[in-house]
Amino acid sequence: MNIAVCMKQTPDTEAQIKIADDGTHIQTDGIKWIINPYDEFAIEEALRITEKHGGEVTLISLGPASVEKTIREGLAMGAHKAIRIDAPESPADPQVVGAALAEVLKEGNYDLILFGKQAIDDDQSQVPSIVATLLDLPAVAVVVKLDIEDGKATALREIEGGHEKVTFSLPAVVSAQRGLNEPRYRSLKGIMAAKKKPIEVKQINLKENQLSVEKLSYPPEKKPGRIVGEGPDAVPELVRLLHEEAKVI
Amino acid sequence: MATILVVSEIRNGQLKKVNFEAYSAARQLADQLNGDVATVLIGSSVSGLSDIPGKYGVNKVLQVEDASLEKFSPDAYAAVAAEAARHLNADFVFMPATAMGKDLLPRVATLLNASTAQDVIHMRVEDSGVVYTRPMFAGKILADVKLTSTPQTATLRPKAFTIQENPVTAATEALSVNVPQAKAVVEEVTTSGGGKLDVTEADVVVSGGRGMKGPENWHLLEELAELLGGATGASRAVVDAGWRPHGEQVGQTGKTVSPTLYIAVGISGAIQHLAGMLSSKYIVAINKDPDAPIFKVADYGIVGDAMEVLPRLIEEIKKLKAES
Repeated sequence: MNIAVCMKQTPDTEAQIKIADDGTHIQTDGIKWIINPYDEFAIEEALRITEKHGGEVTLISLGPASVEKTIREGLAMGAHKAIRIDAPESPADPQVVGAALAEVLKEGNYDLILFGKQAIDDDQSQVPSIVATLLDLPAVAVVVKLDIEDGKATALREIEGGHEKVTFSLPAVVSAQRGLNEPRYRSLKGIMAAKKKPIEVKQINLKENQLSVEKLSYPPEKKPGRIVGEGPDAVPELVRLLHEEAKVI
Repeated sequence: MATILVVSEIRNGQLKKVNFEAYSAARQLADQLNGDVATVLIGSSVSGLSDIPGKYGVNKVLQVEDASLEKFSPDAYAAVAAEAARHLNADFVFMPATAMGKDLLPRVATLLNASTAQDVIHMRVEDSGVVYTRPMFAGKILADVKLTSTPQTATLRPKAFTIQENPVTAATEALSVNVPQAKAVVEEVTTSGGGKLDVTEADVVVSGGRGMKGPENWHLLEELAELLGGATGASRAVVDAGWRPHGEQVGQTGKTVSPTLYIAVGISGAIQHLAGMLSSKYIVAINKDPDAPIFKVADYGIVGDAMEVLPRLIEEIKKLKAES
């Protein structure tokens, strides 16, 4: 199995996100960068599949040279090699990202293309569906279980209040949801080995953005609430407030 | 004159509430742009639903019926929805930002060489066009975005837009589309927990954290949620501990919820949890630590042990229900 995993570098989930002076980007000073957590599930799944069926895992990421630090972390997990599509920044329009990835992916003859279900920075959750459409491949998004046997696959996909069981044949695109697996820790040996693994840099022409960010803002602040009281004795007053003041029960 | 197409989401042969929200939002935008709202119903048998969209200001209902569309397939449905958009020369294509919509609409956009604003919570019309507001970083940041593509496509977050009845007589049209062979087909849909409401759809969400002390105490949260007609959620800590399935997790690596009432029980309020529930209308926190960050965002708080406060809360709400 020849597997590609498309990954993105994102700020850590615990990071305090501040808007930069230009009003359309976030401040990057002091941010700890990580592999997008959903992409880690995708990398882990790729490694498990190749450990079972043989094959190779290629990581693909789009961005400036600085994203190579997180690409190396993916290589330290056990991926074999990587491709970085050179771009000054991550484009705001997922169609631009999807088109660039599709162009690189179609050269690779991959049996399986894995993604995280969404990046935790811009929360678009679009690129896997776009890539599948451009490459005319079957795809399943938000997958919590994946079984592959003899070129046939079954995936369990999370939907509101339940799951869909989807069958399809390879090659295919799958996006990973939390629950698919438990990503491994990077071993010291893995980290050392990652330093020698190749990262190929590709230059391609990005298509034009049709989505632009005009302005970033903070959500309206919640005004501080009040402590109704302590312990079970405060409950009748809470219920009264919810019923009479908030009128929600 | 603008044409707005809403791709309806049909589940189990029904049009869910999220569609009415999308129709209402589309109607409101159409009024500002002096336009029309159309919807497309896709499935093996949809004509029985055709009377419903008109209640929410939809002028035109396109029906695409084909035996091969009985089971949902993202690729086949996307091809049909794109064809409907071409047929109407749509300027805008909207869908609810559900599991189906978030997968389907970017595909439709790709087929139409367009772009998508995903998970939009607000739309406004300016001289230069429509501005879509969408959360990023699980709601820590709001982004105003513009689209320059034709059509402009957007998925609308459930519960972010109010349902408005606006009855009109909708024209219906059966559209025949060459449905491509589906590449990925949904074989089976299973509901978890006996078809309980999903946290993203519920008006009331009752979430538990480590303060619940163990998974064996979850029946209390379930009882409270049931009393209030809501769903149960969980913090990342208890999902990581294996107490609850990840489908219930609220927060940055879980689900984002915007219920009318969010009750956080034994949850301290880590930043990644707050990100997933801050847009709730009213937040109630029950926690034994008076300095817990959850109290900074709660409208009402009780400092106390969850296992003591919760049974009393259930009792008092039962009392209230009995009186009214």
